[in-house]
Amino acid sequence: MATASKGITKKAIKYELRLYIAGNTPKSVAALSNLKKYCDLHLKDQYSIEVIDLLKNPQLAAGDQILAIPTLVRKVPEPIRKIIGDLSNEEKVLVGLNIRPLKK
Amino acid sequence: MASISKSLTKKMLTKTATGISGFDEITSGGLPNGRPTLVCGAAGSGKTLFSIEFIVRGAINFGEPGVFMAFEEKAEELATNVASLGFDLQKLEKDGLLKVDHVDIERSEIEETGEYDLDGLFIRLAYAIDSIGAKRVVLDTIENLFAGLENQAILRAELRRLFRWLKDKGVTAIITGEKGEGTLTRQGLEEYVSDCVILLDHRVVNQISTRLLRVIKYRGSLHGTNEYPFLIDEEGISVMPITSLKLDAQVSSQRIPSGIPALDEMLGGKGFFSGSSILVSGTAGTGKTSIAAYFANECCNRKEKCIYFAFEESPQQIMRNMLSIGIDLKAHVDKGLLQMHSSRPTLHGLEMHLVDFHKKINKFKPKAVILDPITNLVTVGSMSDVKLMLIRLIDFLQAENITVMFTALSLNTIVNEQTDEGVSSLVDAWLLVRDIESNGERNRGMYIMKSRGMRHSNQVREFIITDRGLDLVDVYLAADGVLIGSAREAQQLSETAGQVLRTHALSRKDLEIKRKQRVLEAKIASLKDEFESVRDELNKTYVEEDLRKEIIEKNRKKMIETRQSKNSSNGNSK
Repeated sequence: MATASKGITKKAIKYELRLYIAGNTPKSVAALSNLKKYCDLHLKDQYSIEVIDLLKNPQLAAGDQILAIPTLVRKVPEPIRKIIGDLSNEEKVLVGLNIRPLKK
Repeated sequence: MASISKSLTKKMLTKTATGISGFDEITSGGLPNGRPTLVCGAAGSGKTLFSIEFIVRGAINFGEPGVFMAFEEKAEELATNVASLGFDLQKLEKDGLLKVDHVDIERSEIEETGEYDLDGLFIRLAYAIDSIGAKRVVLDTIENLFAGLENQAILRAELRRLFRWLKDKGVTAIITGEKGEGTLTRQGLEEYVSDCVILLDHRVVNQISTRLLRVIKYRGSLHGTNEYPFLIDEEGISVMPITSLKLDAQVSSQRIPSGIPALDEMLGGKGFFSGSSILVSGTAGTGKTSIAAYFANECCNRKEKCIYFAFEESPQQIMRNMLSIGIDLKAHVDKGLLQMHSSRPTLHGLEMHLVDFHKKINKFKPKAVILDPITNLVTVGSMSDVKLMLIRLIDFLQAENITVMFTALSLNTIVNEQTDEGVSSLVDAWLLVRDIESNGERNRGMYIMKSRGMRHSNQVREFIITDRGLDLVDVYLAADGVLIGSAREAQQLSETAGQVLRTHALSRKDLEIKRKQRVLEAKIASLKDEFESVRDELNKTYVEEDLRKEIIEKNRKKMIETRQSKNSSNGNSK
């Protein structure tokens, strides 16, 4: 993996993330703010976040096999990865999204 | 039930009919309306089928739309699996009566971090329910969530919330759960769903499998507590409420002939009671099947439907064999009056046989049923199992006023007459056909062991099978015992000969008597003549005597006269 990611320049990878929430619950709010924080930190300008509120669009839940709220789905790059919960653990989120943290 | 007042009836639990044949009877109405029901069982016990049938029957029979949330199978797989049962899921989905939602949890692609809840599932379910206005919901098998998600504490709390939410939604739901070690479900779902719990079981005894269903719990309702066998076939599930609790079947005093006039004669001249149970038992080759076939034939001749379950021979074989004694069963089959079903007893367990009988009888609605022979069923169950099964069958048939004839094979020649499957106490009439061996030949004798409620003959009759059919003849009681077969015929022949001889002898004796009479009469005549002559003789002497007396008298008088004249000439000599 390490060699593969080395070959491609970081700029080429664009992360498409989708966060499913159901209304403005504390968990959803926490998840969104946590996600933004990690992305700004590790994926500057390499990502896009789409927030889907299932209370407004319930028909979208089946498409990504959403059960738990909140769920973060990494659509691109493949394969699809899902992280459920309020994303409070940074390390787990990064592992889950397969993001190499920037060393400072 | 009838005694419960109307106001109370209104408050009683309302039920949702499942449409699964037989199930609604044992639960007196179906599943609790608006509440979740847990259906649990081991792998392959029919949980998914039970639940999908609940949904499909609801949609088709009752017009209630349903949601099927599948945690195991994909919608397409499910559709393929149940297509063999004649359920067209795609069409139902198009008609807006069904929604199948496949919930796929791939643990490898899921990472958990922090707090979460299962609102996604709730929203999906709510969306599915609201989009078609579903009244019925199935979650199959929700325990798969435990495999997909790590945080058990959250999961359990969420499940509890889910079941409460389902109740609030007012949908009748089935939740399926895999059977666990020592518990009803692996994850203890019974803790959350406490209104109604149904256990499905699949048991193999002596290599024969039987599916069983049991209502473990049903709050607020009466229900049967037994294990009910059920059958999965091309029409889905059929459960059977087989144990009737009471003996209160209607009885008929109508009589139906047995097809053998001489036998009817023995049964008070009219035959069996309609709706009664008849046992024909006997040793091998005594003609039990022939009697049964005659009964079937007679029934069909009356234009009444009859169903024949055979466990030894195929229908073709029976039809061919019965042609040889002059009955054409095939004609009845072609006319649709007779149905013949052959299966090996080992095809499935006893209970399954019973379910099978029920199904076929309910469908065909015959007036008479024949089971030939019940003894073969012992291969798939013990004597007492067979007896229990027959009790239930007889109960059912009597309730429907269907006449049933069983045949039973007595295995040993020393017939233990009182214990033929122990069913003798159950049946109303019992015919015994037995071998009578004597003079180097084997003959059949028949007698009526019992026949409830009618005058019946106590005679042993000889039972003969000829090209023209079955008949009973009186056995011959001779000086040295009962004669049957050729001995009887010989005796009858010699009797005829004796008769001729006797008539002959009789006429000779008559002649003799006549001759004697004539001789006697001649003798009497001669004696008479003799008597005449003696009398004449006697008369002759008598007359002579008289004559002599007369003459003497005359002479004396003359003498006296002459003497007196002499005296007067001598003067007065005085």
